[in-house]
Amino acid sequence: MTDRRTKEALRYLGYGTHAADERTLELVRDCFRDLETYASAKSVCRIFDCVPAGPESLRIGKMEIHSRSLGKNLAGCEKAAVFGATLGTGVDRLMRTASLTDMARAVGYQACAAALLEEYCDEIQRKLEKEAGEEGLWVRPRFSPGYGDFDIRHQRDILEMLDAPKVIGLSMTDGYMLTPVKSVTALAGLSRVKADCHIHGCEECEKTDCAYRRSP
Amino acid sequence: MKITERLGNELLFFDGGMGTLLQERGLEPGELPETWNLLHPEIITEIHQAYLEAGSDIILTNTFGANACKFHDDRFSLEDIIRAGVENARKARERVQEQAKPGEEREIYIALDMGPTGKLLKPMGDLDFEEAVRAFGGAAALGEACGADFIHIETMSDTYEAKAAVLGAKERTSLPVFLTLIFDEKGRLLTGGDVETAVAMAEGLRVDALGLNCGLGPAQMLPILDRFREVSSLPLIIKPNAGLPRQREGKTCYDVTPEEFAGLMKETVARGACLAGGCCGTTPAHIRAMTEACRGMRPLPVTEKEETVVSSYGQAVRLGREPKIIGERINPTGKKRFKEALKQHDMDYILKEGVTQEERGAHILDVNVGLPDIDEAAVMKETVQELQSVTSLPLQIDTVDAAAMEGAMRIYNGKPMINSVSGKQESMDMVFPLVQKYGGVVVGLTLDEAGIPATAEARADIAGRIIREAARYGIPKKDIVIDVLTMTISSEKDGAKVTLDALELVKNRYQVATVLGVSNISFGLPSRPVINSVFYTMALQRGLSAGIINPSSEDMRKSYDAYCALMGYDENCAAYISRYAAQQEPQAPAVRAGSMSLGAAIEKGLKEEAHSITRELVKSRAPLDIIQEELIPALNRVGDGFEKGTLFLPQLLMSADAAKIAFAVLKEELAKEGTKEERKDRIILATVKGDIHDIGKNIVRVLLENYGFEVLDLGKDVPPEKVVETARKENIRLVGLSALMTTTVASMEETIRLLRADKPDCRVMVGGAVLNQEYADMIGADFYGKDAMQSVRYAQEFFSGRAGVDKPAKPLYN
Repeated sequence: MTDRRTKEALRYLGYGTHAADERTLELVRDCFRDLETYASAKSVCRIFDCVPAGPESLRIGKMEIHSRSLGKNLAGCEKAAVFGATLGTGVDRLMRTASLTDMARAVGYQACAAALLEEYCDEIQRKLEKEAGEEGLWVRPRFSPGYGDFDIRHQRDILEMLDAPKVIGLSMTDGYMLTPVKSVTALAGLSRVKADCHIHGCEECEKTDCAYRRSP
Repeated sequence: MKITERLGNELLFFDGGMGTLLQERGLEPGELPETWNLLHPEIITEIHQAYLEAGSDIILTNTFGANACKFHDDRFSLEDIIRAGVENARKARERVQEQAKPGEEREIYIALDMGPTGKLLKPMGDLDFEEAVRAFGGAAALGEACGADFIHIETMSDTYEAKAAVLGAKERTSLPVFLTLIFDEKGRLLTGGDVETAVAMAEGLRVDALGLNCGLGPAQMLPILDRFREVSSLPLIIKPNAGLPRQREGKTCYDVTPEEFAGLMKETVARGACLAGGCCGTTPAHIRAMTEACRGMRPLPVTEKEETVVSSYGQAVRLGREPKIIGERINPTGKKRFKEALKQHDMDYILKEGVTQEERGAHILDVNVGLPDIDEAAVMKETVQELQSVTSLPLQIDTVDAAAMEGAMRIYNGKPMINSVSGKQESMDMVFPLVQKYGGVVVGLTLDEAGIPATAEARADIAGRIIREAARYGIPKKDIVIDVLTMTISSEKDGAKVTLDALELVKNRYQVATVLGVSNISFGLPSRPVINSVFYTMALQRGLSAGIINPSSEDMRKSYDAYCALMGYDENCAAYISRYAAQQEPQAPAVRAGSMSLGAAIEKGLKEEAHSITRELVKSRAPLDIIQEELIPALNRVGDGFEKGTLFLPQLLMSADAAKIAFAVLKEELAKEGTKEERKDRIILATVKGDIHDIGKNIVRVLLENYGFEVLDLGKDVPPEKVVETARKENIRLVGLSALMTTTVASMEETIRLLRADKPDCRVMVGGAVLNQEYADMIGADFYGKDAMQSVRYAQEFFSGRAGVDKPAKPLYN
C-alpha cells in the first residue's frame, strides 16, 4: 500500500503510474525520515482585498497584476489570501551534502521535499478554508507566481507583503528564485460564491505534455 | 557618560515599536517606513519624543531597512534617509532635554538602527558576504557621521548576516555595537542556530551588548533569556513584541496590554536583562508602564563565563569536559590523493573528506590546504565557505599564512578554532590581532624562538607567556587551548613522557583546555596504530581535551570509545553499546564470486556487492577486460532501460554509484600495473548565473563521469565570463549549461553569446526545467537534453565525431 506522499514523491522521480521497485521505495522512506528531522516548516498567510483593475488585471493589496490566467482563477473574488511556506535551510544543506556522497539520495530528497512542501501547503489551505468558511467565504485553488502568465517577478511584492524574510526566513535571489530552495509563495482567491470544482494545481496546468503530470 | 560605562551597572530602557505606530498614522502596506524620515519628519520626531517622555533612555532611529541591499527608492538617497533619521531623533532629544526641570536632566542615547537585508547569504542564497559587510558598514558610517551614539543591529535571524553587520559597523565606525537576534519559541534562529552558537560568535566579535528582540512576546522570551544568562558574559538586551502576532481582518495585531507587558518586563529584569524595551506592537503606553514598574530595579550582575567554546552556524562545541575529536583528514601532508585534489581544484573530494569525518563522529574539523604551488588564501576561503554548507561541525582553521588565516576567519560563520599561534613573538603579533577582531579559540604551541623545549616545565612556561600575551589583546584564557607538542619516540626516547608531563602540568597550572596532534608519536615505526591508540589513551588520561586524530581509524576510535565509557562520559555506556554490540555477531559472508555477476550488481545498484565482486574479479581477470566485458555493458543496459522508460532516475543513479565504486577498484589495479589511464574527453558543466538550483547539473555530472568523461564542474550561479575563461584556458570543446527558470535563461543566452564570440569551436548543450527544444534553439544552443541520459548520448556522439563536429557552430538566433 503506497501512501499519498510516497505516490507524489514517485511522480516527481519520474515514475508516473509505474510501480516502483523495492530499493526505490526504501530510498523514499529513508528520505522522508531524514526530512522529518531536518525540515523546519514555517508559513505566513495574510488576507488582502482583491479588486479588478482594468481588463485582465487586478489589484491585491499594493500589488497590481496583469495576468489572464490569474484573472480567470480569481474572477469574482473579493479577497485573496497571500501565503508563503518554506521547509527551511536544513533541507538545502541535506540535499547539498547528499549531492556529494550519494546522488540517488539527493534526488530522493528533492522529490520527497517537494511532496512534503505540497502537503504542507494543502494543510495551510485547509486551515484557510476553515477560517474563511466561518466568514462565508470559499477558497479557490492556489496559484503561484510563474504559473501561466502570472509573472514570476511578483515574487518580490509577495515577499514584501508578507514580511516573509523576517517572519519565516523566506527570501529570494536577484533572479527571483526563492531561498531556501524548498519554498512556495501563492495566492488563493476568497469568494462569496462557491466555485464549481476544487482541484489541485497540476491538472489545471495548460502544459498537458508534462512528464510529471499527475493523471496522464 | 558614555553608554558603555553604564552597561550592566544600571538598568537602561529602550523605546518600543515604530512600524505599528506609523501604520496607525497612515503608512501604507508596502510603503517604505524610512521614507517618512523625509516625508513626515514631524511625525517621526513626535514618536521618538513620546518614547522619551515614557521613560526610554535609548531611542532607535527610523532606519531599520536603510541599507544598500534593501532600501531602493527613486525619490530619496540612502544617505538622506539616514541623515534625516538621526536628525529626527536628535530633535526629539533636544526637545525633551529643554523641557526637563532642573535636576531632572538625564542622558539620552541615539542608536542607529540596522535591520537585516532581507536576503540570504551565499552559498544558500545569492548575497555575497562582503557586499553585506559593505552595505551595513556604509549605513553605520553615515550614522556615526550624523551623530549616533552607538550602532544597534537587530532582528537578525541568521548568525552569518549578523556577523557581516557587526564587522561592517566595527570596521567603519568607532562606536559601540549592540546586537539582538530573533529566536523562535524553541530558542532557535531561523537558520538553525541556538543561543549558545549566537553567544559564542557575538562575544568573539566583541559586541558590547547582546540579546533578543521581536518574534516572541515577553513571556515566551523568559526561558531563552535564562539560557542567555547561563552562557553569556555580556549585558543582555530584551525587546519583546506585545505578545505573539494575530491576524485580525487582514491586519497584524498584538494582544499584550501595557499593564501585562510591564509585569512581565519586571520579571524579565529580575531574571537578568540589563536593557529592556519593546518591539512590534509595543507603544509609548507599554514603555511607560514598563519604566514605571521597573524604576529603581538594579540589573543582576553580569558574570564572566569560563567555558571554552567554538561554534559553527548551528552547533557549539565545548572543550574541557568530555574529550572531543578534531578530525585531521582535511590536510595534504603525506596524502597524494589530497594534494592532487587541491591542485586540480577538486572541491568535492575535499568536502567529502569533511562529510565522512562528521559521519565517523568528529566534533570539529581541522582544515589545512597549504601546498607550495597553490593560492592558499583563496583556496582556504573557498574551502571554509563550501564546508560550511555541507557540515554543521565547527572548523579549525589550520595555516601559517596570515592572509589565509584572516580570509577564513572573516567569512567563517561562527567562532572558529585557529591552529595556531606559538610562543614566538612574531607569531603572536600576527595571530592575536586577528583573534581580537574576529573571535576564535586559538591553539597555542609551546615552542618559541629557541625551538621546542626539552622539559615539561619549560613548555609550560611558554604556555604561560602565550596566555599573558593574549590577555594584552583582551583575549581571555578560555579562548586559548594549549598544544604541548607530540614528539616522535623513534628519535626521542623520552618524547612521550615529556609531552604527557607537560600536558598535565599545563592543565593544572593554567586550567586551560589542551589539544595534541596524536599520530606524530609513531613516525618512522611499523604498525603505527598500535602506538598511536595507546598514546592517545594515555594523553586522555592525563587531561587531553581534544585529540587531532583520524576519526575513521578503528584503533583510535576504540581508544576514544573505551575511555569515554570508563570515565563516565558515556552515560549507561549507551554509545559504546550501540557501536560495538553489533560487532560481536558474525559478519555477513562477503558475496562469493559467481553468486552474482558484476553486471547484475551494477544494474541493481548494489554498492557493496559491486565492490566485493570487483575485488574478487581482479584476481583472475585483467581490469580492462572487466571494464569492457562487464561494466560498460551493464551501464548500457541501465541507460537503455532509462531511455525506454522501464528504469527510472533513482535506479539510474544507484547504478551509477555502484559502477563508480567498481571503477575505483579497477583504477587502483591499473595504477598498480603501471597502466596509464586513457586521456579523457573533458566537459565543462555549470548552472548559470543567478541560478542556485544545481541538482540537475549534478545528476548530469554523475552520469557523464560514469561514462568516462572528465567533468570540470564550475558549480552554481556561475558568471558567463568564468565559463568562457575556463573553456579558453583549459581548451574545452563541450560545455553543458543548466537553468531552472525563465529569469535565468537570460544568463544562459549571454553565456552562449560570449562563448560564440571568444571560443567559437566550443559546443553548448543545455538543459533544465524551463527549457524545451524551441527555447534552446532561440538562445542558440547546439543541443537540448531533455534528461541526463540525452546529455550523455550527445557527448558520446560529439567526441566520436558523429555530432557534426566539422559543421560550424549554430549561428546566433536573429
